[in-house]
Amino acid sequence: MQRYIARRVLQSFLAIWVMSLIVFSLARLSGNALDVMLPMESTQEDYDRLAKYWGLDQPVHVQYGIFVARALQGDFGMSWKWPGHSAMGLVMDRLPATLQLAGFALFVSVLIALPIGVLSAVKKGTMWDSGAKVIALLGQSLPGFWLGIVLMWVFAVHLGWLPTSGRGGIQYMILPAITLGWFQVAAIMRLVRSSMLDVLDTEFVKLTRIKGLAEWKVVWKHCLRNASIAPLTFFAIIAGVLMTGSVVTESVFSWPGTGLLAIDAVRARDYQVVQAVVIVFSAIFIMTNLLVDILYAYLDPRIRY
Amino acid sequence: MATVTARSRPWYAPPKIALALREARRYPVVALAILMFLLVIPAVFAPYVAPHDPLKGSLAKRLTPPVWQDGGSSAHLLGTDKLGRDILSRLIHGARVSLTVSAIAIFVGGIVGTALGLISGYFGGRIDALLMRLVDISLSLPTILLALVLVAAVGPSFNTVIIVLVVLLWARYARLVRGETLAIKERDFIARGRVAGASHTRIMVHYIFPNVVNSLIVLATLQVGYVILLESALSFLGAGLPRPLPAWGLMVADGRELIVTAWWVSMCPGIAIMLTVLSLNLLGDWLRDHYDPKLRNV
Repeated sequence: MQRYIARRVLQSFLAIWVMSLIVFSLARLSGNALDVMLPMESTQEDYDRLAKYWGLDQPVHVQYGIFVARALQGDFGMSWKWPGHSAMGLVMDRLPATLQLAGFALFVSVLIALPIGVLSAVKKGTMWDSGAKVIALLGQSLPGFWLGIVLMWVFAVHLGWLPTSGRGGIQYMILPAITLGWFQVAAIMRLVRSSMLDVLDTEFVKLTRIKGLAEWKVVWKHCLRNASIAPLTFFAIIAGVLMTGSVVTESVFSWPGTGLLAIDAVRARDYQVVQAVVIVFSAIFIMTNLLVDILYAYLDPRIRY
Repeated sequence: MATVTARSRPWYAPPKIALALREARRYPVVALAILMFLLVIPAVFAPYVAPHDPLKGSLAKRLTPPVWQDGGSSAHLLGTDKLGRDILSRLIHGARVSLTVSAIAIFVGGIVGTALGLISGYFGGRIDALLMRLVDISLSLPTILLALVLVAAVGPSFNTVIIVLVVLLWARYARLVRGETLAIKERDFIARGRVAGASHTRIMVHYIFPNVVNSLIVLATLQVGYVILLESALSFLGAGLPRPLPAWGLMVADGRELIVTAWWVSMCPGIAIMLTVLSLNLLGDWLRDHYDPKLRNV
């Protein structure tokens, strides 16, 4: 157990390090670093300031030392597009909006997937089950960005029930959350279904039936509680996926989160901000994955790699 | 006394639709037909099938609605976009773009992954440990972000997209091939080959590789849908294929601000992506269940 966890921790740090190496070398080694890091219309002063800041006249290994030293302190330089803001400050400002949306999306997708998953397990082999399979297939085949546009078109433009974009009360979150969570619904549903099927077959469920408990109580209380271990650990993975998936959703709904920041920064060629977003997001993504694996190893002792 | 069963279900005959669906799932003829119609035929014969040039449009005819709506013309069955380009022609050429990108990416990623997987599984030891750590790391990198940082540094282009996709794809092949190689190399015919004087390279290419081809084909089919989704998402974000290429993701992005006035500009490519990916997933699932059930968790 300890060896496995130690290896996973080491591997996660390696992954973050590789990501930082990619971010570093893409800017420095592909031709002139300043051309990559600044847009064409920037002034000579911008160039000089940046060259001095990152020590671009030094040899590469010194540059990398400067980069790592600054990155470890959360310093990724100043933004070019949003003057007066540090890249890291921008990411931190926008992070709450992204977390809020991802959290709500997780909630919505569980709300949709859980009943369908349970139902398709209980009514295995009937129309309910086939219906759930169709939903799962659609979930894997619909492009998220397009689903967002369709939802916006139907519910915001045609019916006028919900606002099209921006951030405000809960009504602003519904459409983006569905768009973001849609892909996960299929995954959660299948997990719930398969673990419910396992539980429905056990002795203690038969006992609750012999006791004469109401069927709904057997399914929704006794079975679901025992079947939710596997899906629960999966939630952390989903949290990571939702974070990175927010890039697409936020850009569709102009949700002012970190994903939108990343896209705006790429379009404006603001590399300082791009590298801050990418490293922060990668760290969150890789760490949630690590957390899941450790959690899983404790909950299910059969897992050894 | 009645026996206690897991659950007493009322017996009844499933509705006809359910039966038909089950049949359709068993034989992916439907999926294949949609796929051929939507993707392959137009992609191969794009210049002959498409009614108009996908890149040239006339501004006089901009935003013509589809033929069944008021103001639509039979010259443009699915209407035109804001530059007056024919949507149907762009969809057809877009199939070619999507297919080319995913074919190249999967082919290159597959070759790199297979070669590394063979080496890793066959030689084992330090090379194996190193390569498998690399696989783990590459599978834990966040997809879209990797693409964004590449595009931010190099700029969006056809080659950038291919590189991003290859970096994301190779690891799964490597893991799969390595696993199978580990099992195959213990079998007698490998030892006989060695005795007969076959080199390591020869063993890997002529003895082991033919035994993993089945799994490779299944995995590749399962990945095409995913690659098309990924490529269109990247193009939509402006981090994929550059304009004016008729990529489906770009077309959806073009129609995004026009959703109120001209819904068809973004709806048509979206439906094309959905149907294509759906039929590819059905086909992949079927291939996997029939030829390689052990791939279920890959």
